[in-house]
Amino acid sequence: MNVHERAEITERFAEVHPPLGAVAALAEANRCLYCFDAPCAAACPTHIDVPRFIKKISQQNLRGSALTILDANILGASCARVCPVEVLCEGACVFHRYNKEPIQIGLLQRHAMDAFFADGPVLPKKATTQRGEKVACIGAGPASLACAAELRLRGYAVKIFERRELPGGLNTHGVAEYKLRAAESLREIEMIRGLGVEFAFGAHIAGEATLAELEKEYEIIFIGVGLGEMRKLGIAGEQHGGVLNALEFIEGYKTGGKVKVGRRVVVVGAGNTGIDAARAAKRLGAEEVQILYRRGLQQMAAFEFEYEDAQREGVRFHWHTQPVAIHATESGEGVAAVECRLVKENASASGDMEFVPNLAFRIPCEMVITAIGQSPLLDLLQSIRGVVLENGRVLVDRATGRTANAKYFAGGDCVNGGREVVDAVADGKRAAVGIAGMLEGAHV
Amino acid sequence: MSENRKPESKIAPDLSVMFAGRIYSPNPFWLASAPPANCGEQVMRAFDAGWGGAVWKTLGEPITNVSSRYSSVDWNGQRMMGLSNIELITDRPLDVNLREISEVKKRYPRHAVIVSLMVESKREAWHTIVQQAEDAGADGLELNFGCPHGMSERGMGSAVGQVPEYAEMITAWVKEKARTPVLVKLTPNITDIRTVARAAKRGGADGLSAINTINSITGIDLETLVPRPDVDGKSSHGGYCGPAVKPIALNMVQQVQSDPASSLPLSGIGGISDWRDAAEFFLLGCGTVQVCTAAMRYGYRIVEDMTDGLANWMAEKGFANIAAFQGLSLPNVKEWKELNLNYKIVARIHEEKCIGCELCYTACWDGAHQCIHLDRAPGGGANGHTPPASYEARSRKAISVTPIPKLDHTAGAPGAREPYPTPLARIPRVDESECVGCNLCMLVCPVESCITMERVDVGLPSQSWEQRTASNV
Repeated sequence: MNVHERAEITERFAEVHPPLGAVAALAEANRCLYCFDAPCAAACPTHIDVPRFIKKISQQNLRGSALTILDANILGASCARVCPVEVLCEGACVFHRYNKEPIQIGLLQRHAMDAFFADGPVLPKKATTQRGEKVACIGAGPASLACAAELRLRGYAVKIFERRELPGGLNTHGVAEYKLRAAESLREIEMIRGLGVEFAFGAHIAGEATLAELEKEYEIIFIGVGLGEMRKLGIAGEQHGGVLNALEFIEGYKTGGKVKVGRRVVVVGAGNTGIDAARAAKRLGAEEVQILYRRGLQQMAAFEFEYEDAQREGVRFHWHTQPVAIHATESGEGVAAVECRLVKENASASGDMEFVPNLAFRIPCEMVITAIGQSPLLDLLQSIRGVVLENGRVLVDRATGRTANAKYFAGGDCVNGGREVVDAVADGKRAAVGIAGMLEGAHV
Repeated sequence: MSENRKPESKIAPDLSVMFAGRIYSPNPFWLASAPPANCGEQVMRAFDAGWGGAVWKTLGEPITNVSSRYSSVDWNGQRMMGLSNIELITDRPLDVNLREISEVKKRYPRHAVIVSLMVESKREAWHTIVQQAEDAGADGLELNFGCPHGMSERGMGSAVGQVPEYAEMITAWVKEKARTPVLVKLTPNITDIRTVARAAKRGGADGLSAINTINSITGIDLETLVPRPDVDGKSSHGGYCGPAVKPIALNMVQQVQSDPASSLPLSGIGGISDWRDAAEFFLLGCGTVQVCTAAMRYGYRIVEDMTDGLANWMAEKGFANIAAFQGLSLPNVKEWKELNLNYKIVARIHEEKCIGCELCYTACWDGAHQCIHLDRAPGGGANGHTPPASYEARSRKAISVTPIPKLDHTAGAPGAREPYPTPLARIPRVDESECVGCNLCMLVCPVESCITMERVDVGLPSQSWEQRTASNV
């Protein structure tokens, strides 16, 4: 992506939650009650000690505040931006029960983290001695990063293997730019690299041979591969040039320099990713953006606030609508329309969908973005001996992240089926503690 | 006094006062001798805004001020809980001040203009300044025996106010000459404020003003290590005022007004920011109040609500004028030994209002008497004997995830903003048998009326420590 394209993206993707100024942050921090055994901290998957870090902001101890956050969550900076705080810490704030606005925990966390990064991010080490064991992490997304950082701080040698050229997984490639900029994700990872975590990019870990090599060199292997390809619609016309999946689309404008969209865009799927894609299409110049979802508002996977924000930005929703074919332009080069049918749940116990008779229509458009979820990376996961899968997810002991094969630990989307960055960080850190516990126990 | 009380009075209360017998003021709100009453133009604007009187910034020999002069204490995001200054008396020529006093009195004959005075401790000097101020039209004089900084190093201000003999002598000199009421302004920077109040009364003072500012260092700049306010890398102790000093002022006002040898018509000063503060000073016996910090912060316009709020409260209570409630709280201030030892209250938590912050719990365990418990449901916090590290470890071990309906197999998006009832595990329980009725939980509770202190009948008649020890003899 060239400089001009970068600047254009930055301009079009203004932050949806601008940072607090120093005075506003102080005032907001002072509003916090400093609850005992606080519900916000309990609601956070990484259990950041929220009242403590907010108290430190109010006492103007910003470094102490940032270290409190990072002690629990090494990706505190990106989580401050991307976490759905409405359903996590802020949703648990006791002020809800007092008809008051909850404390803006996300923005306060960002305030502390921004100050920390502006200051030159230096983390104190937890261990002064180096340990001999080596740990490999597969995938450079949030789960592996959290696992690697925690182990590194405890003195272990850790190397992360990533098939792409940039680290961060969805944090770098898949989060809407108006929430988290790719550069901010990379800055955070630079701090982790600064701890001494090694990275190998362009590394394709697949098949028993490469795994066997890893097993030879590393005592423990952490699987943080996330999910795989986005699911296909499986309808006629999906191969046309104007059809792409939401992650390709988001990655394209974030790191690939592909900033062109059609005048009319149809997004299939009403999850958070679909909404991210729809809102991005608006920012990239689409005049009409419509989301199709085969079920109703009640079943929508997106968070309510995401849905409201999308509506405010002019995205239209078509409920109970299923695409059945994508029609090409006469030249065959682009998309002309999506053919849709109205659907309803049939009365059977399975809740299958059936078409409503005689209700078919076309939505003219130049671009179709699919966002109906990611499939698990079954090929890779199934090639790891002794690791048990369930519904395509790696089965682990939740408290330690340990898989059925004691040499392998796992966390993040490949374990939890695709939750948030903060869930992946929590998984990764729990696994690191589990790995350290096992290795240290083994030496006793 | 009681004949002035008119329950359910429909007539507008009369806020005018006659202070020290001879100083008329349309309302009891005066600007204190300070920067807001520095010149004629200011005092006239203040009168236009609704102030009943002003104590003109202290006249005396010419001085030179420093810059900077003020520093303040902010608290929990609020600015200026307290203000400190190292400014001296007026730095304007005496003849200019006198000319402006006379002009103000001509244009505002019904407003009270009190002139604050401070000169060297010589009888002639005092006689001269008294004559000049009264010739200019002063309705009364206030002797500044309180200024704690700068002037005290030159043998004036609090240097006088801290030595009862000097205070009595100078008051007597002034009374030899004065035709208008003489008020003595008391310094709080003394072990017992009554010693100087008594001296002033012996010297013939017609009234008192209390309190002047309190010696203070408001803080130190942690970058430069220089205390504030910074005057070219150095600082000096200043006079502290503003909301922070009100409790100290109220106590000193009560001390003076409860002591027959001290008690005189009193103009109350010290952190008065609104009508409620003012009402409290009147209830402890003040006849007028003086305001500085609040006017410096928000301007003269604050007087509008001071008069409006006070009048509304008086109408509601049936007080026809200030005298009707002046001093009514004095009989309610006793010595500790006279308080009823058999009066018992306990904390009651109204669980329908509780938001589950658990501040009362931690305050009771760490700061009071360990009688609030989190044991109403399993999963409540540890009992107070549990070290913090263990409940932190417990909560860190718990696995929480972001709610995702599709993965959690719950219907619909999670309701984020709807208020939900506090889980019973987070609602504390008071062990009333152990509660000592200290009030701390009620004071820390962020929700109004969630914790109330309720009287418990102990079945014993009132008995004070004094009575108990007398009966033991």
